[in-house]
Amino acid sequence: MKIRNILIILGAVALNTFVSLYIGESAYNWLPVQAAAESLLVDRLFSFLVTLGAFIFLGVTGTLIYSMIFHRAAEYDLSDGPAIEGNLTLEIVWTVIPILLVFWIAGYSYQVYVKMAIRGPMEHAHSHQMEAVSVAENREKIEVISKQWAWVFRYPDRNITSTELHLPVDRRVHLALTSEDVIHGFYIPAFRVKQDIIPNHKIDFEFTPIREGNYRLTDSQYSGTFFATMAANVVVESAEDYQNWLEDAAKRKPSAAYNQAAFEYNQELQHPHASGWQTIAPASPPVVNYHN
Amino acid sequence: MKIDDFKKINIEVERLHYDRLEKEPGRDWKRYFTFSTDHKVIGIQYLVTAFFFFLVGGIFAMIIRAELITPASDLVDRTVYNGMFTMHGTIMLFLWTFPSLVGLANYLVPIQIGAEDMAFPRLNAAAFWLVPVVAILTIAGFFVPGGSAQAGWWSYPPVSTQNPTGFLINGQFLWILAIFVSGISSIMGAVNFVTTIFRMRAPGMTLFRMPIFVWTVLSAQIIQLFGLPALTAGSVMLMCDLTVGTTFFDPALGGDAVLFQHFFWFYSHPAVYVIILPIFGIFSEIFPVYSRKPLFGYHVVAISSIIIAAVSALVWVHHMYASGTANWMRLVFMISTMCVSVPTGIKVFAWLGTIWRGKLRFNTAMLFALGGLVMFVFAGITGIMLAAVPIDIHVNNTYFVVGHFHYVLYGTVTMGMFAAIYHWFPKMTGRMYNEGWGQIHFWLTFLGTNLNFFPMHSLGLHGMLRRVASYAPEYMFSNVLASLGGFLLGMSTLPFIFNIIISWIDGEKAGNNPWRAIGLEWLVASPPPIENFDEIPIVISEPYGYGKSEPLTLDRPFIEVETIEKITLATTDNQVEINNN
Repeated sequence: MKIRNILIILGAVALNTFVSLYIGESAYNWLPVQAAAESLLVDRLFSFLVTLGAFIFLGVTGTLIYSMIFHRAAEYDLSDGPAIEGNLTLEIVWTVIPILLVFWIAGYSYQVYVKMAIRGPMEHAHSHQMEAVSVAENREKIEVISKQWAWVFRYPDRNITSTELHLPVDRRVHLALTSEDVIHGFYIPAFRVKQDIIPNHKIDFEFTPIREGNYRLTDSQYSGTFFATMAANVVVESAEDYQNWLEDAAKRKPSAAYNQAAFEYNQELQHPHASGWQTIAPASPPVVNYHN
Repeated sequence: MKIDDFKKINIEVERLHYDRLEKEPGRDWKRYFTFSTDHKVIGIQYLVTAFFFFLVGGIFAMIIRAELITPASDLVDRTVYNGMFTMHGTIMLFLWTFPSLVGLANYLVPIQIGAEDMAFPRLNAAAFWLVPVVAILTIAGFFVPGGSAQAGWWSYPPVSTQNPTGFLINGQFLWILAIFVSGISSIMGAVNFVTTIFRMRAPGMTLFRMPIFVWTVLSAQIIQLFGLPALTAGSVMLMCDLTVGTTFFDPALGGDAVLFQHFFWFYSHPAVYVIILPIFGIFSEIFPVYSRKPLFGYHVVAISSIIIAAVSALVWVHHMYASGTANWMRLVFMISTMCVSVPTGIKVFAWLGTIWRGKLRFNTAMLFALGGLVMFVFAGITGIMLAAVPIDIHVNNTYFVVGHFHYVLYGTVTMGMFAAIYHWFPKMTGRMYNEGWGQIHFWLTFLGTNLNFFPMHSLGLHGMLRRVASYAPEYMFSNVLASLGGFLLGMSTLPFIFNIIISWIDGEKAGNNPWRAIGLEWLVASPPPIENFDEIPIVISEPYGYGKSEPLTLDRPFIEVETIEKITLATTDNQVEINNN
């Protein structure tokens, strides 16, 4: 009888493990495309936590459902269940295992975090000292200016401004984030990176795009009335295309870009909403070399 | 019986015997509208007021979901939308979860520890009557020029101090005032609960004979005492910035905008445990009754409540991983946050151990508690993911977080609250509720909650941000599902409301103990007499003695007066004359 019970439990654990591994593997599909080196690391950690989480969730609910099916009281059975008040061994086990799990998860998350912060494009090819120098030289430096409710990107080496963020693929990007009014948030879901921009602080931020394409940058910290409109296109392109774009943009004369918040605000001035609730006026549409 | 059992007497001696006004509460509804000092009346006052605002907050939620059923901002203006989510969050927290749990604790704690009332009955009533003041201040925002507060329930400056109206009295002003008054009310309540639990326990009701619900209320109210002053002080500073031109948080003039976030989260994260701990208490009360088994590992469960309260003070920065927070803080707070899962996990396993091999009965209360437990486990797992810095950096401020905390606040807290209301409804009203309609309510709520909040996780993983009035069309499908779930949740309250009203008026009469539960509240009449006990009970055993056939209290007619005298004199410092009738 005892051996049978142990076999049943082992079978249940094996099944749970198998199903959890499957769910953890499919977790990659719940996320956007992996367009930055950081996204690979984050997704692996996410898949790992989904696997563990699924195992715990299925274990707990499985036990509950088993009890609900097999331990129902008969209709006229007014007797009590066995007066089990605890089990020291069991209680120690289910305290120690979670503590170990916590340290495992925290340690792994820490490793991922450290890697995200130092990861350079050619780290495997150089010694550490060399790497630091080459990475610093190789970084593409861009200034990001946020305001209610517009993004402006400035390429200091060429003195170009744009409302579209162009980035070279496979190169570490160094951003200097600033805000002119309230707290905004810099967030590109496909890159899995996010950083609040605190007014009066210049915040340095780095990542490495690895996949060409068009992505979306959004404001991730609530910034007032037209918060939802504060988005920008992100274009990741080959080194060659990127250079061409820089040269093309440098030739353009600065002009006012279209700005969704300013557009909606002007419309409201002409046709006020019935509610009559006021809003902070948006900053005037940015004047930039490149916009579409 | 051993004298040692009574070493910890916590009430005055004269309370053992004295002339009591044997007033029955009767069915006079008017007393619920008076400045009553009866903790049971105040409990019901809290619960009914809070439930009304649950419906108000729910209507705001449905307006939000109606706006989000299409990608464009096309139902209400952006300003009104921002006001809606601000007021939804504010009302659901400060006028539903907090007051409803305080109401339940008000009703149950004095009876469960064998006291006649709270330690400070008038303070108790005053704390309650501040709630309508908070409500009026909150709702008044809709009637001042410029509309209600629109800065979200966090009210982060500088957005919250921008004041586009130009008026001194504006929505944000009223909002801050409401939070301030609410803080005062909660501090008053906390002082009262902590004193009551430490000083008013019946003879023999040692700390380790208290029901877990009392333990969790104690832990939660201790958090209020150390946490709320930070938020209340922060709100005063924010008010000064908004109205008299100080610059505590104004970066343009040398202030620090992030400082407010620390004040805010230093309270508002522990506040989550103020809310969830009493729900753990409710689970710990309900599972033993409907499983007919003692609570598994009672002592450990009791202590883990206190540990959760302590650790909850050290985790607040996990809301600020993306706020320009230093690396070392991100990592320290990641570890402390994950540590909360250990005592919480102990509780979950203890409930599983309680249910295991029990004799389960699926009354409405048990269904809500089981549904709440399953959704809590889910929320706990997404919570661990959010604690991990790299994952939080991706999903911070997205719908993943919204989904996570609604699984906590609706899936667990509101479900647990319904479980509690069904379980103690016969005690509070003396009537039985309708079981069939209760079960319909459960299934609608369970389906609605999952339909509403599960798709939000996927939206957040794909990068949809919270607080947006419009969104990219690719997010539409999950938003439609969530909105349908939201409307279903709105409808799910109807069977509950009708069931409660009709049963209260005309339900089947409930006896003292319809669930055959063990606990002091089940030894008195339903509803209990005004001073709860004809004679203060003497507690002689631990709670949850299912299957042990041992009495909970001493059968008083069989003890001699001298014995009581001996017990009481031996255990009190001040000798007070015993009034023998």
